[in-house]
Amino acid sequence: MRTFFLTLMFLLILPSSHASTLAEYTFDEPGKAEDFRTVTEEMRCLVCQNESLAGSNAELAVDLRNEIYDMMKAGRNKDEVIDFMVSRYGDFVLYRPPLKPSTYPIWFGPLIVFLIGGVVLFRILKRKSLTRETKLSTDEQHRLDDLLEQSTDPRDNNQ
Amino acid sequence: MIPELGHFTLILALCLAITQAVVPLVGSYTRTISWMAASRSLAWGQFVFLAISLAILTYAFLGNDFSVIYVAQNGNTKLPDLYKISAVWGAHEGSLLLWACMLAAWSVAIAAFSRNLPLEMVSRVLSVMGMVSIGFLLFMLLTSNPFDRTFPAPFEGGELNPMLQDPGLAIHPPLLYMGYVGFSVAFAFAIAALMGGRLDGSWARWSRPWTTIAWVFLTLGIVLGSWWAYYELGWGGWWFWDPVENASFMPWLIGTALMHSLAVTEKRGAFKSWTVLLAISAFSLSLLGTFLVRSGVLTSVHSFAADPERGVFILMFLLVVIGGSLLLYTWRAPYISGGGRFDLVSRETFLLGNNLLLAVFAALVLLGTLAPLIYDALELGKISVGFPWFNRMFLLTTPFLALLMGVGALSHWKHAEPSLFVKQLRVAFIISLLFGLLSLLPVFSAGNWLVGLGMGLAMWVASSHLVNVRDRLKNKRGFAGFWLDFKTGGRSYYGMILAHLGVAVFIVGITLVSNFGREEDVRMSPGDVSEIAGYNFTFEGVTQVSGPNYNASRGRFQVSKDGEHVATLEPEKRAYFVKTMPMTEAAIDWGLTRDLYVSLGEPLGGGDWSLRLYYKPYVRWIWLGGFLMGLGGILAVTDRRYRTSRMRSAKTADTANAAPAVSGG
Repeated sequence: MRTFFLTLMFLLILPSSHASTLAEYTFDEPGKAEDFRTVTEEMRCLVCQNESLAGSNAELAVDLRNEIYDMMKAGRNKDEVIDFMVSRYGDFVLYRPPLKPSTYPIWFGPLIVFLIGGVVLFRILKRKSLTRETKLSTDEQHRLDDLLEQSTDPRDNNQ
Repeated sequence: MIPELGHFTLILALCLAITQAVVPLVGSYTRTISWMAASRSLAWGQFVFLAISLAILTYAFLGNDFSVIYVAQNGNTKLPDLYKISAVWGAHEGSLLLWACMLAAWSVAIAAFSRNLPLEMVSRVLSVMGMVSIGFLLFMLLTSNPFDRTFPAPFEGGELNPMLQDPGLAIHPPLLYMGYVGFSVAFAFAIAALMGGRLDGSWARWSRPWTTIAWVFLTLGIVLGSWWAYYELGWGGWWFWDPVENASFMPWLIGTALMHSLAVTEKRGAFKSWTVLLAISAFSLSLLGTFLVRSGVLTSVHSFAADPERGVFILMFLLVVIGGSLLLYTWRAPYISGGGRFDLVSRETFLLGNNLLLAVFAALVLLGTLAPLIYDALELGKISVGFPWFNRMFLLTTPFLALLMGVGALSHWKHAEPSLFVKQLRVAFIISLLFGLLSLLPVFSAGNWLVGLGMGLAMWVASSHLVNVRDRLKNKRGFAGFWLDFKTGGRSYYGMILAHLGVAVFIVGITLVSNFGREEDVRMSPGDVSEIAGYNFTFEGVTQVSGPNYNASRGRFQVSKDGEHVATLEPEKRAYFVKTMPMTEAAIDWGLTRDLYVSLGEPLGGGDWSLRLYYKPYVRWIWLGGFLMGLGGILAVTDRRYRTSRMRSAKTADTANAAPAVSGG
């Protein structure tokens, strides 16, 4: 399940921000370069306005990129790098909020919103199928007729 | 002296706005016809003064009058004229003036194209518009006056943010603002109807074309913004879920829901309270968008102007507008009648489902955008909610929307026969399923189910709508039959079809570019060749060039495929004279099925450069889809039934021909 979601996210990652490039960061191990890209793209450059570490040219971003590169080069994996960065800069650095009690509203809130939507839909439909056809008042009907008189749209005539 | 004149007309406009808010409203309750009729002239007056104000600011930019602080900050003698003009709305103060000016323009459009509306309604609508205008003009005069002077005047101005020096961005804000502000009309109609307690089919019919026009502007504005971000920022993406992008996307979602809900209210009298609520929300979110962009509470690429004091004013303004209208709503809502009955399987149900999904999606985007703020305020820690989260929410909602779209457009009002449905949609369903499965084959995506889902859904939307058109034209003869249908009141129908096909095109675009796009970071020396997705990029080195207000390094690439020359690409990296931040100008060879995209990174010494090469299949379809949606909206508002009402109104309107709006209600 976890890999399923990870692949899902990898596939949708939008490459981010201004044109700094990752050309200088090469790895011998297969897959490591991809991991490096993912990690830096999903982290915020802390001193920029909404740019990722991968994309930013700010000094701090370059330093952090180098640091992450050194760590990964030294054999640490993706999760270890993320843990390290979070312990140093907090969750703010992650574009994907981590799953923990304080972020439950962010991750499970949407389900509640969906649930509310579903309940509203259900209630309206139930009420609607029970109510009887309401009639317009004569006054309203006159005004409506007046407005509709010149229309030839077939859908106006009750499709 | 001349800038003071602009300041003065701004104050005059405020006086007129106050009169416009009070007099017609009072008149509508005391039934004083002259007071109500004054609303139209007041709207015109306000518009004229604001237009003068805007013209004066533009004049100050063209004449490099750096004694005006705003001009000194954003203008420059070396700026090309086009960008001098777009600099007028390139920063905070000027963009507010544009806002106010557009609000007045919409008011004038209502005044001109509303001759067949009851005077009472017109006066209340214009009164509400006046109230909104008071807020904006006060905001400008109290906290952000574009005509403030400085002494001594600087010799040379600062400069328009280089990122904004682009033809696309010259028209992106006006379009977006026309959309934002346009929802004020739907809002004003809803509030006016609440005041009068007359929420009926005719109210929905009046506000429908206005809402659609506003939505078209907003759609095109967003499309243009996304396109600009793609080619100007040099990052190859087209949407980053930046708070400011979200700020325009939320009103769009709610506006889309509103358009559909208004259709139900007009045709069937149902969902009235819901429609009113949507109209209030759409405009509130537009205001919130302005707040998010302009207050600087959110750190974001787009917040070019940041000032907390202004934020407090907008927050108060928001509270008054949203709180006031919701109060009115809760007071009046119990008196709103329920509308006609409908069955579980009917167009009403599907449109309601679509509405709820859109609203849920908007709520999720709001949650994600505001969550970091809320966490910060409640001291729950600083967090970021970025694209991985939003993409997941997008995947959670849009497939259902696409599914419903195919069914909804084909179903009948009140009662749809499920068996008939199955018969009509069976073929479309099978085709979509096959198409989706086909795209999973090894030669295409090799089992990537997201591609299968995306392509299947796109085909579903497209084929179900084509079935729909075929059924409509069943008894008509050939192209002539279609043309007659198109001319005689079918435009709103074909507009709907076109907009929905736009959604299909959009889905194809994002599916393919997200899953098959290639990106390569490379270091190249002159003469090197890099290959990406079968295209060979030969780097011919970098030369120095200079523009009117910048110096640039310009790279040169020859792109070939299978030995045949495809394109010459010349990306630039610019350093502007005043604001020294480097700007990348990506070079793109565009095509309907793929874009080739190069942007320059950093010089690495010895003529070497770090570069980004992209292969973006079908990326144009994203904007093409958005454009088709907008075009569909335009078709819908030019439908004959709206034109006839305009022709009727034109007979009595002496001012109609001078007004800027496209259509009337």
